[in-house]
Amino acid sequence: MTGALLLVMMIAPAVAVAGSLLLRTSRAAETLNLVASVSVFAVAMPLVVLSANGASHYLADYVILDITGAWVILCTAVVYLLASIYSIGYMRLLGEDERLWGFYALFSGFALTILVSSVMNNAGLYWIAIELTTLVSTFLVGFERAAESIEAAWKYIIIISAGISLALLGTVLFYWCGSFVLGPTYDMTWDALLAAAPKMDPALAALSYLLVLVGYGTKVGLAPMHSWLPDAHSESPAPISAMLSGALLNSAMLGIVRYLGIADAAQNTHLARTTLVVFGAFSLLVGALFIVRQNGIKRLMAYSSVEHMGVVALGFGFGGPFGIAGALYHMLNHSLNKSLMFFGAGNMMRSYGSKEIGSIREVWTRFPVQGALWLAGAAAITGAPPFGLFLSELVILRAGFARGYNWAAYVMAVLLIVIFIGFLNHFRIMYFGAKADSGHQLKPISRWCVTPMWLALIPLFVFGVWWPADLWSHFMAAARTLGGAAP
Amino acid sequence: MLVAHLDPLASSIFSLMAIASLLLAFVMLGSRWLNNYLYAFAAESWVIAALSAAVGFYGGYPELYLIAILTALFRGLLLPYFIWRIIGRLNVAREIHEILQPSSTLVAGAICVLFALVVSYHIGQSLGLSGTVAVLALTIMLSMKLIGFLMLSVRHEALSQILGLLVLENGIFLGAQILVPGMPTLIEIVILFDLLVVVACFGVLVRYLVTHVGSTSSLDLNKLVG
Repeated sequence: MTGALLLVMMIAPAVAVAGSLLLRTSRAAETLNLVASVSVFAVAMPLVVLSANGASHYLADYVILDITGAWVILCTAVVYLLASIYSIGYMRLLGEDERLWGFYALFSGFALTILVSSVMNNAGLYWIAIELTTLVSTFLVGFERAAESIEAAWKYIIIISAGISLALLGTVLFYWCGSFVLGPTYDMTWDALLAAAPKMDPALAALSYLLVLVGYGTKVGLAPMHSWLPDAHSESPAPISAMLSGALLNSAMLGIVRYLGIADAAQNTHLARTTLVVFGAFSLLVGALFIVRQNGIKRLMAYSSVEHMGVVALGFGFGGPFGIAGALYHMLNHSLNKSLMFFGAGNMMRSYGSKEIGSIREVWTRFPVQGALWLAGAAAITGAPPFGLFLSELVILRAGFARGYNWAAYVMAVLLIVIFIGFLNHFRIMYFGAKADSGHQLKPISRWCVTPMWLALIPLFVFGVWWPADLWSHFMAAARTLGGAAP
Repeated sequence: MLVAHLDPLASSIFSLMAIASLLLAFVMLGSRWLNNYLYAFAAESWVIAALSAAVGFYGGYPELYLIAILTALFRGLLLPYFIWRIIGRLNVAREIHEILQPSSTLVAGAICVLFALVVSYHIGQSLGLSGTVAVLALTIMLSMKLIGFLMLSVRHEALSQILGLLVLENGIFLGAQILVPGMPTLIEIVILFDLLVVVACFGVLVRYLVTHVGSTSSLDLNKLVG
């Protein structure tokens, strides 16, 4: 059953890629991609439920479905579905209709690589899957072919490739660590590494972990390795920004979480957790500073992603049941919320014809419905109740105090308040600020571009007022597998 | 563990080859001509291929012969050919605005090697392997990593950056041959193929840089800030 669902999850986007490449018509590619995303979403839900019964292994142990991986699949599937609906409306506005089939082929391929990376049970193959996500998404980032997009794509691929090569070095060194225990040739599965970890040399394991953390941390966008993120997120088409932010970053975070468990077992708990917490807190700081003084609307969202990945890193770094539950919940909430924010930003960018916050004025009067949705999303992303991120951030804060990282919890609380003020101030100006120009003709926004905003906001609101008990016990099961349930 | 009980001849051959590839990395650092980078990179790949074969021979890992052939073919011939074609398309033969003179870069590179040596010395002590070829392999692995990063940061021609990344990868590959010769062949082959795809993607992007940005120097990629 689980195997069949996993097969559907991988085949659906693969069919969409092949179909887009064969048919070479934009409308067909659009439909194929949408169908693929709906099927992925349909199987993601049962996969999450099934994963609670324990990990299942396939294909000679190269594929694993465990509880954390399934959760990342769900986050990816949600964003993939929303972005697929959104891109039907958005991409038609770009006036590049004859190239769109290529966009959809890459888009489905991008989703496929992210999904595959979440189920890889071999540290080497996981690295390759993450590398593939970069290669595919580079061309999506540069899809608009403007000088800025190409610049962003170039920086993206160079910085990520350099960063990810550190992760490869860390992976090889971890293999070396394991070879002292398991012999020269073994399959580098997560379980094998975890089993070998207690007998690993702590110094070598610490070096390997730090390399892996910096390497995958580059991909997650933890500061100070985040420098590619604002460029790539702001210059890619809006649905791709949402995918980068809501899906890709989580899939790289999954790697860090898995290695964190191994570092824990290798008697490096203190070093491993403290470095992750420091990276998380620093990401929050960088996010806060750049959010307060930001001119670009999509760059604002991008720095907010740096901030939220910092929060997730803090959650996993604190650990314990609260930390892990909060971080996992935060991943899903952030995926939903950031999609909503990027969709709104994309719509505003297209209708006002500018990426500058300074040129967007009177959103409230010109777009009453959409404006309200976007504003609600802005309140949610800054952690205001009654939305999901409020709950998850609160739980992560509690974890910080419970696990003895008081300084980090205080830093987090203060910076979240700074971000709340800074972020919403930009929205105040855009919604209620003085008129800049009046003669500008606004472009209308299609319904395809507004519906996914509703689809993102409603669950976000529901998660804010109601944290289902089943979800909590699911997170507790995840915390047990990640070794965080012990007090 | 292969490195712990090697006969002296084998361990000197490994050391010689590892040091030769480090020297070739310094050749890349000390030059400002793109063609020299390319030749040094190709030579380095051939040395690594020979090293794979030597490790296979002395360690009794026949599958490493396959890796050696593939390394020579991919890293030694195909990748340099790809990059040579990219150079042919560009009007740039050398680094024009140097952030750091080649001579100063060499000094910086030497400092990187010292740092790598200190780190690997400590790791070697902690593992009880000090004085073996493992420490040397780890040193060279880490120093090629640092040299690659140095190249990425002080060179700004698109091509130097691609080669900088390839030096990073070469360092890992070289170290892996000595430290973990038993690493599953599948993974190594996939990583080799992956590298080809990476360079193909870079090739496409360089073409975009030329047509849409009008320059291949990262100094001109300055539109996105803040």
